[in-house]
Amino acid sequence: MIQKVDKAVKFETDTPILVMEKLCKNYYLGSVELRVLQEIDLTITSGEYVAIMGPSGSGKSTLLNLIGCLDRPTGGDYILGGQSVSMLDDDELSMIRGRRIGFVFQSFNLINQLNIVENIQVPMYYQGFTEHESAERARELATMVGLGDRMKHRPSELSGGQQQRVAIARALANDPLIILADEPTGNLDSASGTEILAILNNLHEQGKTLIAVTHDEGIAEGAERIIRLLDGRIKKQEYNKRK
Amino acid sequence: MNWGSKVSGKHIMFLFRFKRTLKLGVKSLWMHKLRSTLTALGIIFGVSSVIAMLAIGEGASRDAQEKIAQLGSHNIIIKTVKPPEEQTAGGQQQTLQEYGLTYADAERFRNAIPDVQIIVPNRRVSQQAQYRTHRIAVEVIGTVPWYTEISQVRVKFGRFLSSTDMHYKQGVCVVEERLVKELFGFDNPLGQDVKIASDYYRVVGITTEQTRTKVASSFEDKDATGAKKSGANLGGIYIPLTTVRDRFGEMSLQISAGSRNIEKVELQEIIVKVRNIDEVLGTRQSVQTLMNRFHKKNDYEITVPLELMRRAKEFQRIFTIVLGSIAAISLLVGGIGIMNIMLATVSERTREIGIRRALGAKKRDIIFQFLSETLILTLSGGALGIILGILIPFFVTHFGRTRTVITPSSLFLAFGISAAVGITFGLYPAYRAANMDPIESLRHE
Repeated sequence: MIQKVDKAVKFETDTPILVMEKLCKNYYLGSVELRVLQEIDLTITSGEYVAIMGPSGSGKSTLLNLIGCLDRPTGGDYILGGQSVSMLDDDELSMIRGRRIGFVFQSFNLINQLNIVENIQVPMYYQGFTEHESAERARELATMVGLGDRMKHRPSELSGGQQQRVAIARALANDPLIILADEPTGNLDSASGTEILAILNNLHEQGKTLIAVTHDEGIAEGAERIIRLLDGRIKKQEYNKRK
Repeated sequence: MNWGSKVSGKHIMFLFRFKRTLKLGVKSLWMHKLRSTLTALGIIFGVSSVIAMLAIGEGASRDAQEKIAQLGSHNIIIKTVKPPEEQTAGGQQQTLQEYGLTYADAERFRNAIPDVQIIVPNRRVSQQAQYRTHRIAVEVIGTVPWYTEISQVRVKFGRFLSSTDMHYKQGVCVVEERLVKELFGFDNPLGQDVKIASDYYRVVGITTEQTRTKVASSFEDKDATGAKKSGANLGGIYIPLTTVRDRFGEMSLQISAGSRNIEKVELQEIIVKVRNIDEVLGTRQSVQTLMNRFHKKNDYEITVPLELMRRAKEFQRIFTIVLGSIAAISLLVGGIGIMNIMLATVSERTREIGIRRALGAKKRDIIFQFLSETLILTLSGGALGIILGILIPFFVTHFGRTRTVITPSSLFLAFGISAAVGITFGLYPAYRAANMDPIESLRHE
């Protein structure tokens, strides 16, 4: 009776999960047009692990926002999971974000007044899970990222690495098509960073599609493909050998 | 459960979300207990002042209306008023002043005005009454047997004056209940003799008290006759009008500052009862015309309780509007306070809004979240305000000896207003929260 998240459709390997065609994003500062992204053509297939790199100002964040459906392109087309999202309205974009994308932020972005389990429940809440269902899944996910004994703690009572693990658990809550990580290790010490990388690699091995925006060469090494941006264009793409 | 088929999944989802959102709202309000309490105080005081003010206003108005109703809605009361002092030649030591209502007036009302049902002429005199060795001041009311038909006075024991008493000018009297204890102590007054002035009167009945209403007495006070003024707070003794006329006469002597002043007044009041309530105002006109013709001096005053009642209702309406606006302003101030706090809360929680938006919250989810917080605040404030609003009139009645009436409609009104304030002043902050750019809010520190 209750509408559940449509389980991520099983995509065969090499099925494009994300297609961008001549994607542009312009901002206007007064009358000055800022071309932040220009004619981005990008295809990411299911199960891929992609790192997006580039100097600051190269358009990484804007690209990430577009992939994450937080923003709409000015031109071109963006197809996510077989559905064009460039022309969707705000509610539909919210729906896509909730169901198809799992965000992992640099600064964790957990809600401080909620405990760990409740934080992981947030995305499920907006998809109409019952309290019971979502709490159970949240506990499973917390255990999965190794925080089974911390479920009633508040984010402020955890270390950075632990907080980021909660964020990863939260990103997995609705079983999204893509996990989108924005500098996931940027705020962490190297030990915690390594830990997080291990989890991400692990997810990748389980067949999740991962897109990470990063400066961290460690992440880049783990990725199968590195996309380098410069001045709003894709400068080059490198493929790492599969491990 | 069969009813499940009727309740769609959408409804259940809505209820479930509703519950969750409320829980979340309570939680975040609880995190800022002091702030929430202070904000709710505005609503608490606003709502309780609405209820208390309406209760006090309603009590005062009912009081006035009941008292006026006791004067009789069918009655027209004509009273003797001492006309302005005529400047007589200086040095005169003795004056005779003749004014006021007369038996002829009463006769004229009966003959000339068609809608009159009964006419009650009254003569009131201040006197000392004595029973055995006990003396107290009383107001002697010379009246007619049908006096009970125009007043609320009812016989409790014995009988009222009869037409035989009138006809034979009997020395009988009917005393007011309050006098029984004051004058007779523990003796049964019925059948006892009371000495008033120089004559004895046999007590034949005991009546309930005549209404000494605030409204009525304020009119009585205008009466310049000294006897009447002091009579306002005295117990009354009813004696046949004919007897009073015979034994007390119509003259009264006043000595002041070396001059002697004699007044001649026949009747202190005439009460005209009209058959039909629709004819009260018309009859008043006829009475006025008649009086104008025969009383060139301005020595009378006409009171129509029906008019007073209408005026009291009009006054009540204005009173309610004034009180209502004051209370509404205080609620408005409370509402603005809430809006202010909610705007602060929204900007404080910008990042949370961004996070929720990124995790799939629609604009309406955010609106609902903040609106429900405002509603929890105003409705709980409203509920507490209602409790306080019921307590205040209780204490006002208890300690201030003022009548208060809490009408259920004022409770609903107050609660409705607090809900309306919540929605009105909660919508804008919630709308602002929902329309924040998710990207910007995520960057917000």
